[in-house]
Amino acid sequence: MNRNKLYPWYFTLGALILFFLLCFLPGMIGIIYSFTDWNNFTSEVNFVGLRNYIAIFDGNSEYIKYIGNTIVFTIVTTIMKTVIGMALALLLTSKLVKFKTFHRMVIFSPQVMSYLVVGLVFKSMLHPTTGFLNNFLRSIGLETLALSWLTDLKLVFPSVMTVDTWKGMGYIMVVIIAGLLSISSDYYEAASIDGASFWQQLRCITLPLLKPIIINVTVLNVTYGLRVFDMIYSLTNGGPGNATGVINTAVYKEFSKGNLAMGTTLSSVLFVIVLTLLYFIIKSMENKEVDM
Amino acid sequence: MENYKKLIKGLVGNLLAILTSLIVMLPLVVLFINSFKTSGEANKMSLALPEKWMFENYAVVIEQGKLVSSFFNGLIYATFSVIIIIILVSAASFVISRNFKGINKFVYYFIIAGIAMPINNVALMKVMQALNLVNTRHGIILLYAAINIPLSLFLCYGFIGTIPREIDEAAVIDGCTPIKLFIGIIVPLLKPIISTLFVLNFMAVWNDFTMPLYYLNNSKQWPMTLAVYNFFGAFENSWNLVSADIILTLLPVLLIFVIGQKYIVGGVSAGAVKG
Repeated sequence: MNRNKLYPWYFTLGALILFFLLCFLPGMIGIIYSFTDWNNFTSEVNFVGLRNYIAIFDGNSEYIKYIGNTIVFTIVTTIMKTVIGMALALLLTSKLVKFKTFHRMVIFSPQVMSYLVVGLVFKSMLHPTTGFLNNFLRSIGLETLALSWLTDLKLVFPSVMTVDTWKGMGYIMVVIIAGLLSISSDYYEAASIDGASFWQQLRCITLPLLKPIIINVTVLNVTYGLRVFDMIYSLTNGGPGNATGVINTAVYKEFSKGNLAMGTTLSSVLFVIVLTLLYFIIKSMENKEVDM
Repeated sequence: MENYKKLIKGLVGNLLAILTSLIVMLPLVVLFINSFKTSGEANKMSLALPEKWMFENYAVVIEQGKLVSSFFNGLIYATFSVIIIIILVSAASFVISRNFKGINKFVYYFIIAGIAMPINNVALMKVMQALNLVNTRHGIILLYAAINIPLSLFLCYGFIGTIPREIDEAAVIDGCTPIKLFIGIIVPLLKPIISTLFVLNFMAVWNDFTMPLYYLNNSKQWPMTLAVYNFFGAFENSWNLVSADIILTLLPVLLIFVIGQKYIVGGVSAGAVKG
C-alpha cells in the first residue's frame, strides 16, 4: 500500500501554514533584528553584529542578574512542584485518606485561575498592613512573623516562588496520580510480603516506574519556569528594584522603553536556552521508546 | 498495637490532606466571603462573615463590568480557536505519526521547536498588520490557534502512536479514502486526546490577557480577563466588587474543569506513560 497516498501530505498543511505565519515568522524576524540597533527613536536600522549579545554577557550588566533569577526560579519551582506534587499524589492515592476526589479537585483548582487574578488576589492577601495573612498572624499572636512579603528585598523572591508553586503543584499532582494508578498493585503486594518498608517501596518500585512521567512533568515545569512572565508581572512587575526581574520581564521593560533590539536579543537568548533543553529532553525520550 | 499504629497513620494522613486543601482553598474562600461585604468591610480582607449580605454586589458588577458582552467575547475566542487547533492538529499529527519520514519528520520538529519560540510582540504586530488581522475577532482567534499548535501537536502525536496501524489497513481494504478513514474511523478513536486538548487550550485562551491587550484596541471586543483588569483599575478601592467580579469570571472555567476533569488527567498521562 502506498503510504504517501494513504496519508496525504496536505493534512499537515493547515497547522504548518498557521504556525509559520503567526509563530515562526514573527519569531524569526525578532531573531534577525537582534543583530541590529532597531529602536523606536529612529526609523533607520543598522546591522551591528553581535554587539547586543556582548552587552548582555558583559560581566557587570544587570541582564546577568535577570538570567540568574530566571534559572533560580526555574530550578526552585521545578523541585518544589515535583516534590510537593509527588507527596500529595502519594497521600491522595493511599487507602487511609477519605474524600480523595474532593481533595484532588480542590488542590487542582488554582490551575484554572488566570495569572492576572492570582496576582491581584495575592497582592491583596500579602499586603503588609491590611493583607489577610498578616492580619491572621497578628490575631494568633505571631506579630513577629507578619512581614512585608512582597516589598522586602530578601523575602520577595521566595514569596513569588511560593505563590507559583501554590498555583502549579496541583497539576503536577494530578499527572503523577494518573501515573501511580497505572502501576499494578502486584508489585506492592510482592514487596510487602518480602517485608519492604514504605521508603524501600518508593525508592525501588514507584520512582523507577514513574520515571517517564517525571521526565514529562520536568519538561513542562522547566519550559514554563524559563519563560515565566505573567506570574511575576502581575505580582511584583519585577520589583522592588530588580529583585524579581526575570528574562521575560526584562524583555517587556526593554520593549516599553523603545529599546526593541535589546528586548529581542534577550528573547533570542531565552529561545536558544529553551530549545537546547527541549532537544536533549526529546532525544532522551526517543531513546527510551526504542528500549521498551 | 498494629491497629493503633494504623489508626494514627490514618489520622495524620487525613489531617494533612484536609490542611493542604484548606491552604489551597483559602484565597478563594476569602474572595467569596468578601464578595458579599460592603466596601468598607471588604478592605480588611478577613475571613469574618459579612455583617449584612450584599447580594446586590453581583448585580452592580454584571452591569458595570460589561460582563455579559465580555463573557460572550471570551467564549467565542476560546471556542473557535480551540476548534481550529483540534482540527488542524489532529489531521497533521495523524499523517505525521503514520508516515514519520522525510518532509513529515521535518514538519514535526519544525513545529515542535515552536514550544520554545518566544513571542516577540513587536515583530508579531508587524506580521499581524501586514495580514490585516489587528483589532479583528478572527485575527485574535487565529493568533491563539497558532501559538497553541506546537504543544497540542506534541501531545496529540504521542497519543496517535498508541492506535494500531492495522485499523487503517483494514479500512482501506474496505474502500475508504484517506479523508473518510480519518473522519470516520480515526477521529472517534481520538476522543480522549481531543477532550484533553479542548480543556487545556480552552483554559489557556480563556485566562490569557496579554494578547487582547496588544491586538484588540476596542473595549467592545475584550474578553473577560481584560474586563477584570479594567474593572480593577476603575474600582481598586472596592474590593467587594472586585471579588465578585473575579468570582464571576472564575465560574465558567471551574465548570468546564469539573465537567472535563476526567479527560484533563486522561490525556496528559496517555501521552506521558508512553513517553
